[in-house]
Amino acid sequence: MIDLVKTYGLDAAWMAVKIGVIIGVVLFGVAYLTYAERKVLGAMQKRQGPMTVGPFGLLQPIADGLKLFSKETIIPAQAHRVVFLFAPIMLFTLALVAWAVIPFDLGMVLADINVGILYLFAISSMGVYGVIMAGWASNSRYAFLGGLRSASQMVSYEVSMGLVIVCVLLATGSLNLTEIVMTPRPWPVQVLLFPMFIVFLVSILAETNRSPFDLPEGESELSGGFMVEYSAMTFALFFLGEYANMILMSAMATILFLGGWLPPFGMESLSFVPGVVWFGLKTCLILFFFIWARGTFPRYRYDQLMRLGWKIFLPFTLIWVVVTAGCLMMFDALPG
Amino acid sequence: MASEQFLADYLPILVFLVIAAGLSCLMIVASLIVGKQRPDKEKLSAYECGFDAFDDARSKFDVRFYLVSILFIIFDLEIAFLFPWAVALKEIGAFGFWSMMAFLGVLTVGFIYEWKKGALEWE
Repeated sequence: MIDLVKTYGLDAAWMAVKIGVIIGVVLFGVAYLTYAERKVLGAMQKRQGPMTVGPFGLLQPIADGLKLFSKETIIPAQAHRVVFLFAPIMLFTLALVAWAVIPFDLGMVLADINVGILYLFAISSMGVYGVIMAGWASNSRYAFLGGLRSASQMVSYEVSMGLVIVCVLLATGSLNLTEIVMTPRPWPVQVLLFPMFIVFLVSILAETNRSPFDLPEGESELSGGFMVEYSAMTFALFFLGEYANMILMSAMATILFLGGWLPPFGMESLSFVPGVVWFGLKTCLILFFFIWARGTFPRYRYDQLMRLGWKIFLPFTLIWVVVTAGCLMMFDALPG
Repeated sequence: MASEQFLADYLPILVFLVIAAGLSCLMIVASLIVGKQRPDKEKLSAYECGFDAFDDARSKFDVRFYLVSILFIIFDLEIAFLFPWAVALKEIGAFGFWSMMAFLGVLTVGFIYEWKKGALEWE
């Protein structure tokens, strides 16, 4: 036993510290993403946003968190208690666990597995279970309909997201996230991938149930969607999970299309700035796009949403996979 | 050992999973203890517009939700098939490329069929 601790104790402790740092950074990011969202939306509507708690309202997320923490947890009498409580736990856990494979800088990754992108894709697919379980277990009509809608929407856009990822894989020839970032991309390849970047951006909006695709929780028709019966910390876990997923998807877009921790546009003169900073800045740029879209677009109708997913994105991405593969084959530009 | 190294890569994920699950359970339990719990019949009833829910909410729903999930399974399997193909395209060359094109062709025929049948219509 003592030998075991001597051999692996330090490694295990170091691993726990790294995991703790990642969770801390993600939760801090989530807290200040909610703050940034309210501030940016405020600025877009010529308001000030939160201003009362702390200087410039900087302590607002903490106050919100404490408020949710001290509220009463209500479990409806008709609900399936176990599933009802398990759903937010699962959603939040998944939203955190996905961060294990994200490389923040060259070599700065907790688990450098060789199928990183497949792992991310799998974890983000599993989020649907949490949503369905929440909608079913609540035993309320709003929650049930919201859960159904949300699940259909998420799986629909997952298909086009998957095909977009296939296009990137064709250009990089590896499933490892570090290699995806480090594989050089000549400009014709970037031009070829640009439409996929746009599709990816729209798909992650739908995948995270964000406006203009926030139908599952469309306030004016379904009140709170699948979360309507949740309160206090169970609600907070959904909320944290949703925002953690937003940051995760932005990080994923950064890794797949924006060159991760590398300086923008391949400018060597900027490489004195640590890679983490570039990674953070690029992620923030995509996050700003999330908030910008929320501030400017009206909500989609459900049939429009399904039409966009199945009749436009799916055929387009499918054709683009063929086009990308064909072009790379023809010019002998396949990596590997 | 290569296989041991392979497993060691996944160990942090397992530890992360345990820590994350523990953290979320802890948050809920702590909030249950800290927050005042005063449930009553009205609070615990399902959310409705001012009346008690008539019956169980898990009723029949539109068949199109089923259709979407079935279509999703087909296309997601196809993507799972495309992943290794995309990574290995250099090695498998023109033969691999045209094999996948044949597969995608068959799939496209099916896709056109379901489109014409109206499986993708939501009005």
